[in-house]
Amino acid sequence: MQKLALDDEILLSIEKPERYIGREVNSVVKNKADVSIRFAMCFPDVYEIGMSHLGIQILYDMFNRMDDVWCERVYSPWPDLDHIMRDRNIPLFALESQDPIRDFDFLGITIQYEMCYANILQILDLSQIPLHAEDRGEDDPIVIGGGPCTYNPEPIADFFDMFYIGEGETVYPQLFALYRKKKNGEISRREFLRQAAGIEGIYVPQFYQASYNEDGTLASFTRTDPTVPEKITKQIAMDLDSAPYPDKPVVPYIQATQDRVVLEIMRGCIRGCRFCQAGMIYRPQREKSAERMEQQAEKMLRSTGYDEISLSSLSSSDYSQLNELLTFLIEYCDAHGVNISLPSLRIDAFSLDVMNKVQDIKKSSLTFAAEAGSQRMRDVINKGITEDEIMNGALQAFRGGWNKVKFYFMLGLPGEHEEDVLEIAHLCERVAECYYDNIPKEKRNGKISITASSSFFVPKPFTPFQWAPMDRPEVYLDKAHSVKDEVRRQLNQKSIRYTYHDAWVSILEGVFARGDRRISRVIETAYRNGALFDAWTEYFDRERWEKAFASCGLDPYFYTARTRETDELLPWDFIDCGVSRKFLVREWERAKAGVTTPNCRAQCSGCGCRGYGGGICYENKS
Amino acid sequence: MRIRVKFTKTGPLKFIGHLDVMRYFQKAIRRADIPAALSEGFSPHMIMSFAQPLGVGKTSSGEYFDLDLKEGAIFDREDFLRRLNAEMADGISCVNAVEIPSNKKNKGMSQVAAASYVVSFRKGRVQWNSLKPEEMDVNKQKPSAQVVAFMTQEHIMVLRKTKKSEEETDIRPWIMDFQALTLTPAQLAEHPQNVEADPQAFSMLVSAKSGQNLKPELLIKTFASYAGLEIPESAVLVHRMDLYAESENESGANVH
Repeated sequence: MQKLALDDEILLSIEKPERYIGREVNSVVKNKADVSIRFAMCFPDVYEIGMSHLGIQILYDMFNRMDDVWCERVYSPWPDLDHIMRDRNIPLFALESQDPIRDFDFLGITIQYEMCYANILQILDLSQIPLHAEDRGEDDPIVIGGGPCTYNPEPIADFFDMFYIGEGETVYPQLFALYRKKKNGEISRREFLRQAAGIEGIYVPQFYQASYNEDGTLASFTRTDPTVPEKITKQIAMDLDSAPYPDKPVVPYIQATQDRVVLEIMRGCIRGCRFCQAGMIYRPQREKSAERMEQQAEKMLRSTGYDEISLSSLSSSDYSQLNELLTFLIEYCDAHGVNISLPSLRIDAFSLDVMNKVQDIKKSSLTFAAEAGSQRMRDVINKGITEDEIMNGALQAFRGGWNKVKFYFMLGLPGEHEEDVLEIAHLCERVAECYYDNIPKEKRNGKISITASSSFFVPKPFTPFQWAPMDRPEVYLDKAHSVKDEVRRQLNQKSIRYTYHDAWVSILEGVFARGDRRISRVIETAYRNGALFDAWTEYFDRERWEKAFASCGLDPYFYTARTRETDELLPWDFIDCGVSRKFLVREWERAKAGVTTPNCRAQCSGCGCRGYGGGICYENKS
Repeated sequence: MRIRVKFTKTGPLKFIGHLDVMRYFQKAIRRADIPAALSEGFSPHMIMSFAQPLGVGKTSSGEYFDLDLKEGAIFDREDFLRRLNAEMADGISCVNAVEIPSNKKNKGMSQVAAASYVVSFRKGRVQWNSLKPEEMDVNKQKPSAQVVAFMTQEHIMVLRKTKKSEEETDIRPWIMDFQALTLTPAQLAEHPQNVEADPQAFSMLVSAKSGQNLKPELLIKTFASYAGLEIPESAVLVHRMDLYAESENESGANVH
C-alpha cells in the first residue's frame, strides 16, 4: 500500500480528510515500473464536485485500459489544506499513488466553467509547476486543457502547453505515441509541442500570437511557426456505441454531488437554442443504442453498488429510444431496489407517466426551463417551447397530483424589453391560476408552490449570441427588481417565490467567456491576491477582481457590454467547432427578427456539422 | 433474518467518517449480491443498524452492524463473509457474521454497554516519568504505578460536556479496567503507516452506554492531570479493541 502524502496530523486537522487519501473502490493502482506514461487528471474544484464529473471517469477508464499508461486523479485542495501546503511547502499529489504531480508526464485539466480559472493556477502553483507554459523546462509535466471552456482558450492560453479541442476519445493514442519519443530523448519538449500541434484537435498556444487594434479589438491572430495549422478542428467520437465507457466507475467514500451511476444516453442536442453553447459545440447530436446502455447500466450498478441511476444528456426527451430504455430501467431497477433519477424531461403526458412511476410526487417538483417569460423572447432565443405547451404540461401535472413547480429564466437576453421581463411574473401567475381554476378543492394536494429563479444571461462563443452585448450589472439588477415587484402585484403572489443570481460573478464569467489573451494577466493578478474557489459564493470577492482589472489597465465591460460586429475578428475564430460562422450569423439575424429555426430532426438548417458524417444529420427523416 | 457483522477499520480508512462507512457497506453489500431486505416505498433502503460510531481518525478491530436479509434467504456464514470480504477496500475487513434474533431489542446501537480501547501516543510527544514505584510522590512514579493509584480513588470527578451544558460527573463507576502497558515492536507496527508511536500505552474497558459513554480521550486527560503528565490532545492515538453488550442479554448473542 502506498504511503499517504499528507502527515497523519495534517489529515486530522482539516475538513473531510477523505478528499485526499484516494483508495476508493474501483480506483486504479498500477505498478510505476510497468508504465511509461503517468497522467494526472484534474478537475480544478473540490473533490465532491470533481468526482461527479462524467468526462473524467470516461477518460480515466480509457487511459487505464492502456497497458503502459497510468491515469490518476487530482482535485483542488480546499482552502484549509491549501494554506498548510503553502506554509510547509508540500507539493500537490495525485490520489492513487500519492506521488507529486510535478513528477508526472501529463497534467490534464478539464475546464467546465469559467469561475475555476483561479483554481487552475492554484493546481499549477501547488504542484510547483511554473504558471506560464513558456517558463517550463524539459522535466515539467505537459499541461493540457480540455472541456467546454477551451472553445475559447485564450484567457488561459498562457498557462497551458496545449489544449485538446473536442472529445477526448479520439487523438490521445497519437499524442502518447509522439510523447514516447520525447520521453526517450529523441525530441525536445519544444519539438514535441511543435509536432503535437500538427495532431488534429491539438492547439499549442505558444506557436500563435495575437495583436490588437487601438480600440482594443483583435487585429490579427497568426502562427509563429509555419508548420502548425491555421485552424484547429474539433474532434468528436462518431460512434458512441463503440466509444469506451467505464464499466467500473470510481466510487467515492464521501458523498459526491453526483452520488449515483450516470448513464450517458447521447451527446449533442437537436434544439438549437441560441443562447446555449453546449447545444452548438457538441453538434451533431449522436445517440447511443438502448441495448448498449442496458448492458452498461447493469454492469455499472453491479460494479459500484450504487442504489441510484440517472440519465445524462442535454435533452433526454429527444432521445429516440427513450421509451424502450426507460421501460427496461424501470423494470430492472424495481427488481433490484435501485432508484431512477430523471433528468430534465420536457413535461408532457409521457414524462409525467414515467415520473409517476419512479418518484414520490408529493415530494418532487416539476421543472420548466422556460428561459424567458414572454413568447416573443422565447422565439428570439429559439427556445422551442410555447406558452400552450407550458400551460398544458402544468395542467396535466396538477391533475396527476403535483403542486410544486420550478421555473428557470434568464434576464438580460438580447433585445429584451420591459414587457418581456414582467412576463416572468405573469407566467407564474397564470400557472398558479391554472391550478386553482382546474383542480377542485377536494383534489388539491395543498397550496401550489411556484419557485422561479433568474440567472444573468452570459453570451458564449460559438453561439448566435456571441456578438450580443451583455447587460451592465445595474441594468440586470433593475430588471430583477422589476420582476420581484411585479410578482408582488399578482393575485397569487404568496404562492410565488422569486430569486435571482448575483450579477458580478456573471460579469466575470462573461469576460472570461469572450476574453482574449490579455485577460490572463487579470487572472494571475487576482490569483496572486488570493482569488480561489470563485465558484463558491463564500470565497468570491468582487473587489479583488475589480482591482485586478484596474491594475492591468483592462475594462471588463469592453468584453461584456460591447456589441460586436459580425465582421470583427474574434479571439476564438481559429477554432472550427463544426457550426459555421455563416450559420451563426444567419441565426443572429433571425433572432433579431424574432424568427424561430426548426430543430435538427424536423429540418436541417445547414449549420455545417453534416461534415462529421454521422449522427442526426444522417438519421432517416420522415 | 438478522445478521450481526463484526468488522475492522485500520490504516488510512480511519479517515472515513461514520456516515460514509454506512454508505460504504450499503454499496459493498449490493456488489456482493447479498440478499439484503429492503424497506418499502419510493426509495427503498437496506435495514441496517450500526453500533456506536467510531470517530474520524480512530482505528478499530471490533466494529459491528446488523443487517436484515430478505425473507427466505439462506445464511451461510463462510459464503457470506467470503463474498463481503471480496468487496472490501484495503483497511476494512469483515471478521465475523452471526445470525441473531430479529426482535426490537437487537438494535446494535442501544445494546452496547462497554468498549475496550488501547490508547497510544505519537512518538516523543509525552515526557513519561521514570522513577521507581517506591517514590512516595505519585507525580513522579512510573505510569504503571500511577494507574494503580489512580484507580484506587473512590470518585473521579470530571467536567463533562453534554449536548446542553457542562456538568460534574463521577466517571469512576464507568471505568471497569484501566492499565498501563508496553507495546511490543509487533504491536507498534500495527499503527497506520505514517504514524509512529511510543511503546508506553494504556488499555481500558469503559462504559459505552447511552448517556454514560466515556470517551477514551477524556479518561486519558483526567489521568494525565492526576499524574502530572502533560499529554497534548494531538498526541493521543485511539484504537478500539471491541464492543460489549450486557452479559445477561436474553438473546445470548452479545455484541461480541
